[in-house]
Amino acid sequence: MTSQVRRLFRYRLLIHSLVSRELKARYRGSVLGFLWSFINPLLMLLIYGIVFGYVLVGQRSKSVEPWFLFLFCGILPWTWFQASIAEGSGSLIAGGNLIKKVLFPAEILPTVTVFTNLFQFLLGLPFLLAFLVYEGKLSATTLLLPLPILVQLVFTLGLALLVSALTVHFRDLQSILAHVLHLWFFATPIIYPYVDQTGRLRSVLRLNPLTHVVVSYQQMLFDGNFTDWRGLLGAAVVALLLFSAGSALFDRLRDTLAEEV
Amino acid sequence: MTPDEPAVDARDVAKVYRRFLHKNQFKTLKSAIVTGSLLGDLSPDQTFTALDDVSFEVRQGSTFGVIGENGSGKSTLLKLLAGITKPTRGSLAVRGRVSALIELGAGFHPEISGRENVAINGIMLGLSRREVEERFDEIVAFAEMERFIDAPVKTYSSGMYARLGFAVAIHVDPDVLLIDEVLAVGDEAFTRKCLDKIGEFRRRGKTILIVSHSLGLVEKMCDDALWLRGGRVADRGDPKRVIDAYLTYVAGGEDALLAGAQGQAPPTAGPAPAGPGDEADRHGYREGRWGGREIEITGVRLLDDRGRERHVYVPGETLTISLAFHAEEPQEDFVFGFGLFTADGVNVYGTNTHIEEFEAKGIQGDGSLSLVLSDLALVEGTYLIDVAVHKKDGTPYDYLRGLQSFRVKSRIKDVGVHRPRHRWTFSAAAELDPPAARAELDLHGDEESK
Repeated sequence: MTSQVRRLFRYRLLIHSLVSRELKARYRGSVLGFLWSFINPLLMLLIYGIVFGYVLVGQRSKSVEPWFLFLFCGILPWTWFQASIAEGSGSLIAGGNLIKKVLFPAEILPTVTVFTNLFQFLLGLPFLLAFLVYEGKLSATTLLLPLPILVQLVFTLGLALLVSALTVHFRDLQSILAHVLHLWFFATPIIYPYVDQTGRLRSVLRLNPLTHVVVSYQQMLFDGNFTDWRGLLGAAVVALLLFSAGSALFDRLRDTLAEEV
Repeated sequence: MTPDEPAVDARDVAKVYRRFLHKNQFKTLKSAIVTGSLLGDLSPDQTFTALDDVSFEVRQGSTFGVIGENGSGKSTLLKLLAGITKPTRGSLAVRGRVSALIELGAGFHPEISGRENVAINGIMLGLSRREVEERFDEIVAFAEMERFIDAPVKTYSSGMYARLGFAVAIHVDPDVLLIDEVLAVGDEAFTRKCLDKIGEFRRRGKTILIVSHSLGLVEKMCDDALWLRGGRVADRGDPKRVIDAYLTYVAGGEDALLAGAQGQAPPTAGPAPAGPGDEADRHGYREGRWGGREIEITGVRLLDDRGRERHVYVPGETLTISLAFHAEEPQEDFVFGFGLFTADGVNVYGTNTHIEEFEAKGIQGDGSLSLVLSDLALVEGTYLIDVAVHKKDGTPYDYLRGLQSFRVKSRIKDVGVHRPRHRWTFSAAAELDPPAARAELDLHGDEESK
């Protein structure tokens, strides 16, 4: 794992260039440009607003107000995670030319995807903070944000390494993944507050590392009172394990990648 | 890096590719999920040895050529040298910064400008940001892309794309430069520019490894050559000698191929079955055999000056066409004819015993005759032969059209059909370096004497 970190660090300049290229290329030719980083989660918010405002009226939790803002706190980091994994799984195949024709450490490709989406997340964050200020919710715990961001980064990187290498061998994975991520979304307390859940459902949710990451965001941003230290620490341990596993598998499959993509 | 250490040192290198069959892959995923043995089950179904037992050294500052047929492992070797894949067995050491011209502009992103792509490509190939900035103008000037450098790469022509890719790769200033047939891209002027740049590299004492089908290039530029055949080293050493050995081998293979095709010539009259290339009209030329067989051609052989049957020749050699015939009844009116055609049906030459004013007296039983072409003054290509025996008025006894073929091979790529024996002379005002001694011989058509 440390060798993996060292390798990524050694190639930081390349990762940096590729991330900025990706960001530039992504919105080139679109009218709204980088605003999309913000509009994407906003549109998702709108969908849930419609669903809970008109379809499932009265179904949403009354314990968090304003509910919209609560939703935003969870959806923004989720978008980062979801997009990283969905794009990351296909990143080696999409960048196959690089792996095959240029001396190129393959793990850079999924890493670039994760960091590109991290930047989108960071670009969206000021909008969220502005809303929080508007609602008078901004508190000192916001300063703790780097912690869940770091945990999420390691977790996402590990998973992206894992799925990207496996997808090269099992292309089916990409199709399955969309549904897994969909389910994962609902298995993470984003559109409902974790505190409302009781019994078995709560113990199941507790096993999901992203639950604690998202709850940390919500507590730091929305509640202004961060209490889930233990949960976040547990998630951090899981994230490190996942990153080690992802790196190990990636190393194991490294030599086959250039031949299989 | 001490000067006497080789720049590339390969010892018993082998590369075995593993193939994962897709049907079994699905089974693997299923069983992987069921049994949870994901890592253990990622085992190959089939292996393919692309390289085996390959050992060689490349001296620092030398230019090294790798030749071989398609599929002989050249590109695999290059990928190993570039570090893109790892050898399965053996050891491979490459000393110094490596830049590989395997695919030009691999990694260019179509949506962003040439400027940004140069920066990223340079970093990808191992430059620091400062180095990229320092060399940027030089790269753009070399690629002759000043006017377009800020346009998105997707608007570039393929030539522009390759030029920019080459320019970046060559300005990485590697210690070892790997080149894979990339000089085939671009127009002639740019190719010459690339060759000049490579020449400059050689003068500066850089190590270059070229994989090429262009034997002329390898012979001209390389200090050493390696010939790969079926993933193994067939020969290595002096480029001239290696190339000769390779050409002889290739000619031998083609010989067998052409001879094999002739074995399938239709033994009876009627139009020949449509072979490859036959559907093309070929100026109305169609292989076949017809005639009443009162006199039958029972065999045709193409012989070299030592009487061996051969189907590949070099210009200037002697080719003997030997006919065996059988005449059941005595005949008095007969003419033996011969025609030579290019593969696309252009008549190169034709003659017969009547045209050349031989008086036919009589023929009966089994016999033979030969036509000796003492100087095969032809350019490279495949040639078809007509042999026939017919009456003076043209009524055929036995007419074999295009059923025999032979190939002329030459390293001089002159054009046309006929190669007159020739030489060049220049007055003092025109200064030209003579071709390498070997090439001189070719012009005079004495290649076989080697």
